[in-house]
Amino acid sequence: MKLGYRVEIDPSGKDSPWWVTVMAVVLAFGLVAVFILVTGKNPVTVYTKMLGGAFATPFGLTETLVKAIPLMLCGLGVSLAYRIQVWNIGAEGQFLAGAMAATAVTIYLPGQPAWISLPVMLLAGLAAGGLWGLFTALPKVFFNVNELIISLMLNYIAILGLNYVVFGPWKDPKGFNFPGTPPFTDAQTLPAFGDTRLHFGLILALVAVVLAAVAVKYTRWGYELRLIGANPEAARHAGINIRRHVIFVMLLSGGLAGLAGMAEVSGVAHRLLYGISPGYGYTAIIVAWIARLNPFGIVVSAVLFGGLIAGGYSVQTLGLPSSISSLLQGSVLFFLIAGSILGKVRLRRTV
Amino acid sequence: MELIVQLLNSAMAAGTPLLFAALGGILIERSGIIQLGAEGLMLMGAVTAAMTFLATANLPLTLLVVLIVTGLLGVLHAFLTVTLRANQIVSGLAMTLFGAGLSAYLGKPITGMPLAGAVPKLDLDWLDPVPILGPVLGHLDLFTWISLAVVLILYLYFYRTSWGLHLRAVGDNPATADVMGIRVQGFRYGCVVIGSMLMGLGGANLLMVFSPTWIEGMTAGRGWIAVALIIFARWNPLYALGAAYFFGLLDTLGFRMQLAGSPIPSYFLKMIPYLLTIAVLVLVGWRTKHKLSGSPLALGVPYIREQRF
Repeated sequence: MKLGYRVEIDPSGKDSPWWVTVMAVVLAFGLVAVFILVTGKNPVTVYTKMLGGAFATPFGLTETLVKAIPLMLCGLGVSLAYRIQVWNIGAEGQFLAGAMAATAVTIYLPGQPAWISLPVMLLAGLAAGGLWGLFTALPKVFFNVNELIISLMLNYIAILGLNYVVFGPWKDPKGFNFPGTPPFTDAQTLPAFGDTRLHFGLILALVAVVLAAVAVKYTRWGYELRLIGANPEAARHAGINIRRHVIFVMLLSGGLAGLAGMAEVSGVAHRLLYGISPGYGYTAIIVAWIARLNPFGIVVSAVLFGGLIAGGYSVQTLGLPSSISSLLQGSVLFFLIAGSILGKVRLRRTV
Repeated sequence: MELIVQLLNSAMAAGTPLLFAALGGILIERSGIIQLGAEGLMLMGAVTAAMTFLATANLPLTLLVVLIVTGLLGVLHAFLTVTLRANQIVSGLAMTLFGAGLSAYLGKPITGMPLAGAVPKLDLDWLDPVPILGPVLGHLDLFTWISLAVVLILYLYFYRTSWGLHLRAVGDNPATADVMGIRVQGFRYGCVVIGSMLMGLGGANLLMVFSPTWIEGMTAGRGWIAVALIIFARWNPLYALGAAYFFGLLDTLGFRMQLAGSPIPSYFLKMIPYLLTIAVLVLVGWRTKHKLSGSPLALGVPYIREQRF
């Protein structure tokens, strides 16, 4: 007779408890500390500098929030798609599409008062991001094409499109060959809070979060989304049109990322420029996942990762590359998925 | 004639890194596991190759380090997806993000440092008199020959050995394979690890032959294109060979048009491989709409022995 323990997976088990998420973040910091040690730096100094740069000063804190805005909007967008297992990893491209469309408004519709130009830019950003999302949804729905690959290919296409316009036709003639468009006028700029760089986009993002939370929880649409997410087969038999949901969710998912792009050019950069996104669309994937797709959780994780990006810049003064923040992000995701199984694992004695 | 040879040469040069990654993906997916970390593994293969070769100038050692590092990352993916049965898609995404971050971090000090003459060419001078075949096959580098060997080995393994039959059983119906006494988890671990190594070799190939300087994010989506090639090649290594060279050809075609002074801005020419990937996937999806795509039937489904159906 063999005595021992067997690991069993109980699919009906609960989600992993909240401390698993905290542990994942702590372990990721621990793992990256090893890499910092290898390069001959002191991880404590680096982390102190990083967190200090992100959260300790008023300037750092506003920078963190400024970076959290696109993460919130993009993260919210991808979370809606992930709810029904549509793996949209194209938020980066949808963000850029929105940024480009909003900039196009400033170029082809100049000299309008703020009450015209800002809403038009906002709608253009939403529409372009949504369209970019549709390019992913339609092949998936009609030809059963893997949305991961398509949405990622569209990212590269959008980046090349951005490079084309900022190096080519939209380049600022007075910009000393700098790859960017002419600066926006005040009427094309989202209002800021006081003298800070924090802008009205924060309100937009928070409103979007509340709307999404209410819609997912209390509307018929949200109920159907949750049903598809829990059991697509059952949802189909219940007469839910999954195709229509996929198309609409991708439209919304892309639209939110496009809105983030509009807010970034109009609220932060005040022009379209080369490398406008430091990978917001990719970080948003982790932001959504760490929040377990919960809209209010996304607010928290967006601020955390906004801090990582802002803090990543501040460690450059220590001679470390800012890619340390993307290394941290990848590690968090690893530990998170390893931990997410914990809630479903049972140790059973075998006799 | 000259032009055909040139085009074939550049198609093979640009296609071989894709071929490595696609072959790795085919091996992994045949066992029923999805590995979307190709992009991250290629980047890690490239950066470890650059670091080792710049430090030691030793090619066998460089390849060994690449295989070890990407093999370990493969073990990680296998542990998460096979043992813990975590979400395979998210694990692959994590691999891509982690690989991109780590390679950028490690590669910072060696960015832009050129690796010249790293890989020997196998000169088959006796082939030279043969038209086309001579100039095309006569002076290939080591990586290309390795990739061709891997195509052949995988093809024979899948379709001409009983082990290959077992592997396909694991990918199509793990429960039945298990009942037959085939070690499902063992096959899956082995395939994920070796396949991840092949993806790493693709990255090393890209760095050491195709563009011999480390630059952050130098794969530029090639890992994802390789994932698309798996579908295009219907999980068959021989088709993967043709598909990878076809993509290589179109990749270089854009570059050639640019050199020839095409009026189309280079940004649009660079979009060709990405647009083509989408077009090919749509085409395959349309053609296999009511048929089997050739995909392993249990792809992406974790196998739990105790699970009741």
